[in-house]
Order: sequence, then structure tokens, then C-alpha cells
Amino acid sequence: MNVTINQQAATLPAHATVQDALATLATRPPFAVAVNTRFVPNTQYASHALHEGDRIEVIAPVTGG
Amino acid sequence: MNDSLTLYGHAFASRLLLGTARYPSPAVLEAAVQRARPAMVTASLRRQGINATHAGESFWELLKRLGVPVLPNTAGCHSVQEAVTTAQMAREVFGTPWIKLEVIGDDYTLQPDTLNLVEAASLLIKDGFLVLPYTTDDLVLCQRLVDVGCQAVMPWAAPIGTGRGPQNPYALQTLRERLPVPLLVDAGLGLPSHACQVMEWGFDGVLLNTAVALSQDPVAMAGAFADAVAAGRAAHSAGAMAPQQAAQPSTPVLGTPFWHHDKA
Repeated sequence: MNVTINQQAATLPAHATVQDALATLATRPPFAVAVNTRFVPNTQYASHALHEGDRIEVIAPVTGG
Repeated sequence: MNDSLTLYGHAFASRLLLGTARYPSPAVLEAAVQRARPAMVTASLRRQGINATHAGESFWELLKRLGVPVLPNTAGCHSVQEAVTTAQMAREVFGTPWIKLEVIGDDYTLQPDTLNLVEAASLLIKDGFLVLPYTTDDLVLCQRLVDVGCQAVMPWAAPIGTGRGPQNPYALQTLRERLPVPLLVDAGLGLPSHACQVMEWGFDGVLLNTAVALSQDPVAMAGAFADAVAAGRAAHSAGAMAPQQAAQPSTPVLGTPFWHHDKA
């Protein structure tokens, strides 16, 4: 299925979870995840199933005012 | 005498909150924070590169090394949903219930979305966040933020990053007069005298970033702002004299030499 991760197109197997999506990235903690503008707690990465067209955001700490 | 800043029941020795963005280098940022000794430093969340960079990791390490409480922000959020989700992500990443709530309504002025800010604040308060909302100087808006549970409000002096100082002294002073909660001026300060001025008006603290980061010597400027905030607070506590209409000599008149009373 096609999803976007940080607005970049990605292809994942059907029934992939957030954890599966993260495994395709070179993510390093700390980071947090949202799917379709909803927060996904890290306790749910392995259970949150993704669907066609899902928009995944993986964000990390940066400087800010 | 304990004159700490109290927000949501937490006491802070400093009344200056400092942003971490736009510094010439991480080393300068670290030195500026050490000089200013702020109550909190702000931070944000942005998309992590597909290949996570070293730069992101080093800021996280720097934050931990600073040992200053972190206030995450929801900068760049344009909707209630974005702000709430970003706050929830920040709580997990930074491990803190504090959140500087920004819901932006215009990309040029970066002014808060006044029509959606209260809803976002209300949702986050109900979810257990300690919300410091970035707001305009509108009295009714600020009162509504208090009504939904915000125990402090952060009105702007001027648009973010402009360094123009308080653009509407009347509005800010009205807020101070009418609202019983801690008030922190956030955004648009440029000079230590601006910070000192709002503290003299009775504001409880200030939050600033660009004024330090873009100065010629951010470390020195961070110290200047810390001093200015303390000076303004001390002046407010000391109770300044009221402005007088007519001149009155400081030196006693009695015994003035060479003075001669002429008969009428």
C-alpha cells in the first residue's frame, strides 16, 4: 500500500503497522509519531495498523522559540 | 525574600524564559543559556530526516546537559488538531506536561489564531497539560483562556522576531490591570529596556528568543536581558514615584545663598 512518511511517498506491505513503517527508516530516538494528524503513542507502534493513503509524521526535537 | 515566579504551582527563581532558535552555533546557545539562567528554555518538534542527522541528536544532548526545564512549543501549527497532536507528541518526547501553545492564524504576522486558540487550550488543559498560551493582547481572548483553565497567559509585545518592543502599551497595561493570573510577555521584544518596561508595568515574566540570538553578542545580551528583567521586577516591587506635573527642586530651597527677598 502507498503511504507518505514526512510527506515522502513510501510503499509498505498490506497490514503494515507503524512499527513496520519505522523499520524502513533510519530513525533515531528521540522521536514521536502521528498518523493522519492523530498522535500515536509509542506503546501502540506495534499494534497501530496502517491503511492506504495514510500520512505518517515522524518528528524530533529541534531548536525553537 | 522569596519573589519567585509561580506557574501552575511550580516556583521558578528566574522570570526570564529563553528560546533556543537562531543562534550562531550550539556553543553560543549553551553559553547564552548559562549566562541568562532562565526559568525554562523553549524547544520544538520538526520532521526527522529520513536519514536522521547528527545535528538533531546533538541538540537533544545539549538540552539534557543544560539542565533547564524545557518548554516545548507548537510552533507552525495552524489548526486545533495540529496543535493538540503536536503537544501530545511533545509530551511523549520531552517527558513534560508543559506546553507553549501556538495556533498560528497568519503566516506573515505569525499572529495567533484568536478564533481557535481557546478551543485548543481547553482540550489540552483537560488532557492534563500545563498550558502557556501565546496570544494577542486582546482582553476578552485572554480572559477566555483563563476561563478554560489557563493559569498563565502570554500576550505578545509585537510580532515574533520583529524586535520592535511593546507596540500597544495601553493594551498590555489593561491586561495587567484586569487579569489576576501570571502574565508573561512573549514575542517581539528587542531590547533589554523593553523587557524592563513590561516588568515595571507589573508583568510576571518575559519570553524571548530572537532579541538574544540575533544580537551581535548573544551571550552578553542574554546577561543584559536577565539583568533587565530583574531590574524591572525590583522597580515594580519598590513602587516607583508618580510622574509630577511641575518641577520641584531636589535640593532644599531654605538657605539658598545669594537669595534676597525684595519688599513688595
